Amino acid sequence: MLNMMAIDWVLWIIGAWIALGLLGIIALHKFALVARVFFPLGAVGGLILAYAAAQALVSGRVESKQLALGLPSLPFHLRLDALSAFFLVIIGLASFGISLFAAGYFRNGEGTAPGLLCLEFHFFLASMALVLLADDAYAFMVAWESMALTSYFLVTANHRLPKIRAAGFLYLLIAHIGAIAILLCFGVLQANTGDYTFANMRAQNLSTFWASAAFLLAIFGFGAKAGILPLHIWLPEAHPAAPSPVSALMSGVMLKMAIYGLLRVCFDLLHLHIWWWGVLMLALGLITAIFGVVFAAVQVEMKRLLAYSSIENIGLLFAAMGLGLLFRSYGMNALAALALTACLYHVAGHAFFKSLLFLTTGSVLHATGERNLGRLGGLIRFMPWVAWLALIGVLASSGLPPFSGFVSEWLLLQSFLFTPGLPQPFLNMLIPIATASIALTAALAGYAMVKFFGVIFLGQPREEKLSQAHDAGKFEKIGMGWLAILSIGLGVAPNWVLHLIDPVTKGLVGEGIARNASANGWWLVTPTSIARASYGPLYFLFGVMAACAVAFVLVRLFYHARLRRSAPWGGGHSWRNSRMQDTAEGYGQPIRQIFEPFFHLERHLPKPEDTEPEYSVAVSDKFWEGIYMPIARATEYVSVKVGRLQQGRISIYLLYSFITLLVILLLVPTARR
Amino acid sequence: MTFTRALSQVISVVTPLALAPLLLGWVNQVRAWLSNRRGPGILQPYRMLHKLFNKDSVMADSASSLFRFAPYAIFGCMLLANAIIPTLSTDLPLASAADAIALVGLLALARVFISLAAMDIGTAFGTLGARREMLVGFLAEPALLTVLFSASLNGKSTALATIVEAVVHRDFAIYPSLVFAGMAFTLVYLAENSRVPVDNPSTHLELTMIHEAMILEYSGRHLALMEWAAALKLFAYSTLGIALFLPWGIGQRATPSSLLFSLPSLALKLVVIGAVLALVETFSAKLRIFRVPEFLATAFLLGVIGMLTHILLGA
Repeated sequence: MLNMMAIDWVLWIIGAWIALGLLGIIALHKFALVARVFFPLGAVGGLILAYAAAQALVSGRVESKQLALGLPSLPFHLRLDALSAFFLVIIGLASFGISLFAAGYFRNGEGTAPGLLCLEFHFFLASMALVLLADDAYAFMVAWESMALTSYFLVTANHRLPKIRAAGFLYLLIAHIGAIAILLCFGVLQANTGDYTFANMRAQNLSTFWASAAFLLAIFGFGAKAGILPLHIWLPEAHPAAPSPVSALMSGVMLKMAIYGLLRVCFDLLHLHIWWWGVLMLALGLITAIFGVVFAAVQVEMKRLLAYSSIENIGLLFAAMGLGLLFRSYGMNALAALALTACLYHVAGHAFFKSLLFLTTGSVLHATGERNLGRLGGLIRFMPWVAWLALIGVLASSGLPPFSGFVSEWLLLQSFLFTPGLPQPFLNMLIPIATASIALTAALAGYAMVKFFGVIFLGQPREEKLSQAHDAGKFEKIGMGWLAILSIGLGVAPNWVLHLIDPVTKGLVGEGIARNASANGWWLVTPTSIARASYGPLYFLFGVMAACAVAFVLVRLFYHARLRRSAPWGGGHSWRNSRMQDTAEGYGQPIRQIFEPFFHLERHLPKPEDTEPEYSVAVSDKFWEGIYMPIARATEYVSVKVGRLQQGRISIYLLYSFITLLVILLLVPTARR
Repeated sequence: MTFTRALSQVISVVTPLALAPLLLGWVNQVRAWLSNRRGPGILQPYRMLHKLFNKDSVMADSASSLFRFAPYAIFGCMLLANAIIPTLSTDLPLASAADAIALVGLLALARVFISLAAMDIGTAFGTLGARREMLVGFLAEPALLTVLFSASLNGKSTALATIVEAVVHRDFAIYPSLVFAGMAFTLVYLAENSRVPVDNPSTHLELTMIHEAMILEYSGRHLALMEWAAALKLFAYSTLGIALFLPWGIGQRATPSSLLFSLPSLALKLVVIGAVLALVETFSAKLRIFRVPEFLATAFLLGVIGMLTHILLGA
């Protein structure tokens, strides 16, 4: 059994997850069994999956298989190549931490029954793994849709609240609009052959027009799932609605399935690459990134803030992919490999740190019952574990060395700085602007993340009850700790990760950067040559740690270490309370002022004669008013007009049938001719 | 790594550590002269540090472990930043550990820590300072990056040592992209080191202060580390400016003797930079806090223009 092929291992794990889900139905209300046994078992499954996929990745074999499932003579074609193996590793590693956290997180009696949650959770995991294995459009769409449906049910776990049902509906709607586009994209790709296997699509040579059509449909379809502008509106609604492990899984892992789909279509199924595809993707990505991070900085609800931060990261991934596509269209494959490596590195990094951050919000939510930043604060004193783990996630997410976010950002900037080789002068002119926007995004991400951490965990508790907050449980700590270790590991040992990414970029564009990158030792990353650029994260870690230690020891040695505690300085006043701290709104105020045109602001200012003056400001998305509300109003208008046809009387409906029949009869002779 | 290389690396770490307070003292002394005061002498920062290290540390009763840890982390970051910048020589063992982008990341790490420490106590001053620091930071950081990008496009590398060597070994000429980058860098230099148009290092007026507001709750040895880190930051930015725009005189070998040879030229440049900084501070007035984004946006745009000019003109 141990010498099975990797794809068999993956299928066994998918089967095990489905079985665990079905067992959940049997033990519908046995909370302890589901939470303490089934979820940890699912977590172990994730680890095995990651190991098997990593083996496949290193060995470089492409394995395929057919499963006689579904309709007769239409089996599931499955295939495990480097690209899918890489994403499977991410699913496995991230789900290990998230499932362990979930084992301690879900409480009895909240919304959906525990057994049902177990079913949805594990089916969700299984369908994501199946998306990656699918090698024909039919299997892909089945897996894709079950992924959308299971995650919809998970989002609406607390379905008694109308707001959560509304958020779930919005998510389902956009997911399905996207799915239609993906289906159409596959329809274009099979080029009228009627054969929907990916192998057939690879063999087709599409004309420029049809290839571009397929590309645009893919951008729209997968962009809807990923949350690219202007299809991002479901993210800030669905993430806060979902239970935290589910938000973590959706933001950390499910969004990456869309990135996988785009990579699959753009670099594997399509052979034609046109330069404006890359420019379009790059521009979309950059706009999304800046928009996302600016909105993240002004949010006052912790999970919304993270949702907007996910939009930002998706934007960065799109920018990296767009750059890769641009290089690829000019045949500069080595540089395309560098850009794609940055993209894939960020996929992994974001999967871990964003899951970690969503999980910490879950712990905070359970400990305090609050999700509004304005009612939190000072939690580092009551929940130190969660706070320090969150700090790791925050530093990784702000793209600071020596954590995971920095490596991908560094690689991305490096690939931008190589661009002056592009043959079109005006593209070269766009690049400095793109590079500057990436730098701005990274710096703003730091702003948003300092706000997130500072307002939740530092300062004075803003509510009385916060001092009762308790630290996370055992399972939760292990789950978060695992993701934190991955975030640090990805930051300090980049060359090992690059060796895992290498087969993927070799498969997609025929080149890899790992051999070059580790040419000067495993501790130093040098994408091209050491004279050009190098980064050694371990030096960083040890340098800062050694400097800290030396400073600490020297101060102790030469001076004393006496410490007195007293009240903080209150500016000469003796009274001081937690209301005097900066609020989340206050922290976002400079951003609101600088980026005012981005927002739809609703300010309520007190009048001079008000006896109880009230000040409030609400920030909302312009896209609601600009795009979605007009569409909704148009739909309502049309349906009212159409509604006039429905008179509710049999005779009228018979008349309609009669007229229809008449029209058809009139058309028949025309059609025959 | 041979013994001489290791020794020269140690020298290039210890030099900034020892000289940073001196630079600060020099700037303050020149400021005093320019405003017709006698000034405390250029050794004042050392006396200050000695005094602070000897004092008891008084800490707010609500301070968390992050608050105590932060001064060491910030000090460590600034020291490492100084070790990375080619101050005395371009051929040092640590030079390959980080390039220009990583240096900006390191400075950002220090900024995040100082802001978080400021928010930890939960007083109005600390959080206000933290918010303003991040406001300055999120505009100054990309501006600094664009400056470094212009320089790296010129040197065809993001490694600081290669950039320095490229500028030194080229014909002496005025490169338009570096002119723009130099202007942008000057603005960032003032903003990042809490200097006058943006912040005032010698005020404790709540309407204006940024850096001082953040370290208000620190005292004793923790404050000493913070002050020393601030001096190191000024030193790092000064030597970074020298490395990017006036690199002549920086040694290219890693032997202690070559390091000693490049010390006088470094000292001369720092004396000039310090005097010019004091002059700029004396002659300019502090901006309102909401004019600061415009100030930094100018720096950012100048940096982008620098990159564009390089791509257009190839220089």
